[in-house]
Amino acid sequence: MVEIKLEHISKKYVGAKGYSVTDFNLKIKDKEFIVFVGPSGCGKSTTLRMIAGLEGITQGGLYIDEKKVNDEAPKDRDIAMVFQNYALYPHMTVFDNMAFGLKLRKYSEVEIEKRVQNAAQILGLADFLKRKPAALSGGQRQRVALGRAIVRDAPIFLMDEPLSNLDAKLRVSMRAEIAKLHRSLKTTTIYVTHDQTEAMTMADRIVVMRDGEIQQVGTPREVYEKPVNVFVADFIGAPATNFFDVTLQDGYVKTEARTFNLAVPEGINKVLKQAGYEGKKLILGVRPEHIHTERAFIETFPSATVKAKVVVSELLGSESILYTKVGDSEFVSKVDARDYLDPDQIVELGFDLNRSHFFDPETKESIL
Amino acid sequence: MDTGMQDISKISKVLIGVVLTILGFLMILPFLWMFLSSFKTSTEISLSQSFWPQHWTIDNYKNLFTNGSFDIYVKNTLIITAASFIGLFLNAMAGYGFAKFDFKGRKFLFMAVLATMMIPGQVTMIPVYLILNQMQLTNTLLGIILPGLVGAFGIFLFRQFMSNIPDSIVEAARLDGAGEWYIFFHLILPISKPVLAVQGILTFIGGWNAFLWPLIIANDQKYYTLSVGLQLLQGQHTSDYGLQMAGSSFMVIPIIIIFIIFQKYILQGFNIQMDK
Ligand SMILES: Nc1ncnc2c1ncn2[C@@H]1O[C@H](COP(=O)(O)OP(=O)(O)OP(=O)(O)O)[C@@H](O)[C@H]1O
Ligand SMILES: [Mg+2]
Repeated sequence: MVEIKLEHISKKYVGAKGYSVTDFNLKIKDKEFIVFVGPSGCGKSTTLRMIAGLEGITQGGLYIDEKKVNDEAPKDRDIAMVFQNYALYPHMTVFDNMAFGLKLRKYSEVEIEKRVQNAAQILGLADFLKRKPAALSGGQRQRVALGRAIVRDAPIFLMDEPLSNLDAKLRVSMRAEIAKLHRSLKTTTIYVTHDQTEAMTMADRIVVMRDGEIQQVGTPREVYEKPVNVFVADFIGAPATNFFDVTLQDGYVKTEARTFNLAVPEGINKVLKQAGYEGKKLILGVRPEHIHTERAFIETFPSATVKAKVVVSELLGSESILYTKVGDSEFVSKVDARDYLDPDQIVELGFDLNRSHFFDPETKESIL
Repeated sequence: MDTGMQDISKISKVLIGVVLTILGFLMILPFLWMFLSSFKTSTEISLSQSFWPQHWTIDNYKNLFTNGSFDIYVKNTLIITAASFIGLFLNAMAGYGFAKFDFKGRKFLFMAVLATMMIPGQVTMIPVYLILNQMQLTNTLLGIILPGLVGAFGIFLFRQFMSNIPDSIVEAARLDGAGEWYIFFHLILPISKPVLAVQGILTFIGGWNAFLWPLIIANDQKYYTLSVGLQLLQGQHTSDYGLQMAGSSFMVIPIIIIFIIFQKYILQGFNIQMDK
């Protein structure tokens, strides 16, 4: 059982002008896989390092199992961490790298041997135990770093962009491997990444951060389906959400330049009107995968369609990405590969406004 | 075109080889001559011009220890050299501190350390002597050892090398449960082997050759080092070339041996680079 609680945690680096992390509140449940995600410099690593004890906490309280650990040394927090650059000890063999923490904690030779062999088995490192890190590939080094964390059997894992030095293919397979590892070990894990795909595929809950502040905490489904603001809607999902400045009028949203009108579904229209947005400006967010080319869809929602010109198109195998333009507004749609079109062709697109997001143009926060 | 280039590079390779061989031979010649002469009698050195000794003798070496006090000099030199290795260790610790710890005044202190490199040793010699005199350390081994114990250049080299060790290695070790001393001895020092080797060799050579400072500080023969003693041979036995050659050989040979053994590290260390 381990629970981590971050209460109003803030961090200001010595000599820095502003805060790198501001009022961070989060309760992490036992066995949870939490992912911190956000653009570069938003304070993910800083937060993680404060939890590890590698960085001091300026304000707020960090609790592990109800015990305040702000002032405890890293080694007393019993946390295992995987670093982005692996941080393997270059002069030690793979075996010794993994055994290092165990030796320091005075485990018996037999126990060390058993644990290291076991980890090596799980990670497919059995053949490399006698090698030095320099003689390993990036993926293998990454495994050693993971192995070093799992032999410790620590109740908490921290990982700071562990996959970002790997090539795309390896990243995908290691991603699955880490997820699998978490399923079997059930260690409470905090994983930092700026890759929203990693966040979506691995997390039990995602913490979306920006400029040192939490934007939203939720399951991957929640942050995808109910982004609390424009930033989250933009950051989660790929290709990114299309945003339109629109005005709500008589059940329609109209773009500024009146290039197109879309009928808003009854229920949503009612809510928007109740919130006082009739005749007012809104930001409409539509994900590329919610813009359709299927005939059936277009015929069902004939008043939510737009004829657009293809500017660029990418065929990704099973689907194609269309970059299209109507008047001044440009937007991206992700459609079936059969509907791949060459540039300059005209395509009729249906907007699924039931799954779209409406934001206040001032606060940028979600209205629905 | 291509083969032409290769021909040229082959020819130039041979040419460079030949030139280097000749130069190398020219370099070695005096040493060889010195070494061989140390096995000749003094009369043979003065009278005969031959390269090889005609009558091999080790009397010169015996004389070093019986007439001269080379046993004492060797002892002193060994003590000084050993002490300078303590200094090497202190340099390594200071370098590590500057490289990996964020403390108040770090930048200023490091600049201060570097600034000492700008002051020539000759300038500080007299002040240091006066200080030591006040501490009543003149004419003691400690007085010979202390001033040279730590040095800016050593600290600088260690710091440069250790800055290249990723912070995350140190942090990983802390999370693994290692204390700061453990990290220093079990991670930082082993990883720093290349600089340690170069610095070790430089330290050894420095200690072994220590001349000027021991000469200034030590009034008593019993604190003389090998180099000082060697100098003495010239004064006392002006004509005894055999003895001088033996003394010189005795001094140079350990250094040559060490150089040959650690050659690899020396080259590595001068080209300091960490791989990940
Ligand atoms: N040692 C430091 N001293 C001063 N400021 C720092 C320090 N480390 C990080 N910062 C600042 O704190 C902010 C957050 O940095 P942090 O490393 O946590 O970002 P991150 O979210 O991990 O970004 P990335 O995805 O690039 O790793 C940044 O603005 C950064 O410039
Ligand atoms: Mg980071």
